[in-house]
Amino acid sequence: MYFEMFKTFFKIGAFTIGGGYAMVPLIQDEVVEKKEWLSDEEFVDILAIAEVTPGPVAVNTSTYVGYKLKGVKGSIVCTLGTVLPSFLIILLIVTSLWKYRNNAIAEKAFLGIRPAVAALVFSAVYKIGKGMNVNKYMLAIGLITVLAVVVFNVSPIIIILVAAFGSIGYYKNREKK
Amino acid sequence: MELLKLFLSFLKIGAFTFGGGYAMVPLIQNEAIEVHGWLTNKEFIDILAIVEMTPGPIAINSATFLGYKVGGILGSILATTAVVLPSFVIIILIAHFLSKFKDSPYVDWAFIGIRPVVLGLIISASISVARNAFIDFKSVIIGVVLFYLISFKNIHPILSIVLAGVAGVLLF
Repeated sequence: MYFEMFKTFFKIGAFTIGGGYAMVPLIQDEVVEKKEWLSDEEFVDILAIAEVTPGPVAVNTSTYVGYKLKGVKGSIVCTLGTVLPSFLIILLIVTSLWKYRNNAIAEKAFLGIRPAVAALVFSAVYKIGKGMNVNKYMLAIGLITVLAVVVFNVSPIIIILVAAFGSIGYYKNREKK
Repeated sequence: MELLKLFLSFLKIGAFTFGGGYAMVPLIQNEAIEVHGWLTNKEFIDILAIVEMTPGPIAINSATFLGYKVGGILGSILATTAVVLPSFVIIILIAHFLSKFKDSPYVDWAFIGIRPVVLGLIISASISVARNAFIDFKSVIIGVVLFYLISFKNIHPILSIVLAGVAGVLLF
């Protein structure tokens, strides 16, 4: 099991290019769809936690999944798996490949990879949304979030906190009635 | 002494980078260039380019890179550990706390409200990725074809990245 966990997050760490949400589709594919270690809802909950806590999203997610599966030991295994590929690749680059940094072929490859990363993230939204049975209220909140972040530059942390307390207030109030 | 400073610097960067990704760039810039003088501005930009082209979280890559520059292999291990440590500890505390309170309706209610927000955040992230990615007609085609293959034909995300890299070399 530990080896399986390590291998899964090693793969995620090795193929997440561009950082941040670029790893969402990979984690969704491996951890939710293939291994079924998390449901779509749990995965989205973890993303929310990763967003309101400091640190890279990929690292936070792997720590959380590891803890959920096998406690502290599991979280160490998964976090190491995520971090190790980039650690090794960067060491390889600084020790031997630094001189090729303006390589034309690599640059062209990345012109192709960037749209792929965008496609991956869009398709993760599509798959997660499908898995969660999005209703019209959720859709509205989602769209308001996009507007707030993209157009008005509101901090994601603030939106998450407002949504959390707003939702608690709403359900508490409904319970009373 | 330099190694201790390195460790503390990246501990600080790890503890105050919310949202991941590029959020930590200004923090690293401040610590590495202005406070400690470990890098020049030009070196920093070169590092960012490399970091963007290599897999893995940007914070990890920059920590490994800078750690190596300041203190060799040992430096890179120290800096990488330091940048991961704060979130590692915080996440374990939260996971522990949540598993204790998982039957509380308040936790449930909070997450019901948060879930659609997270979907919105991922969409926002993909919009900002798309802005840099779709620079011409060819890149839009690559994006649309891959979206179709990934969403409806279930090709593996890793395979799609490799295919896109090859397409990039051939088309551009």
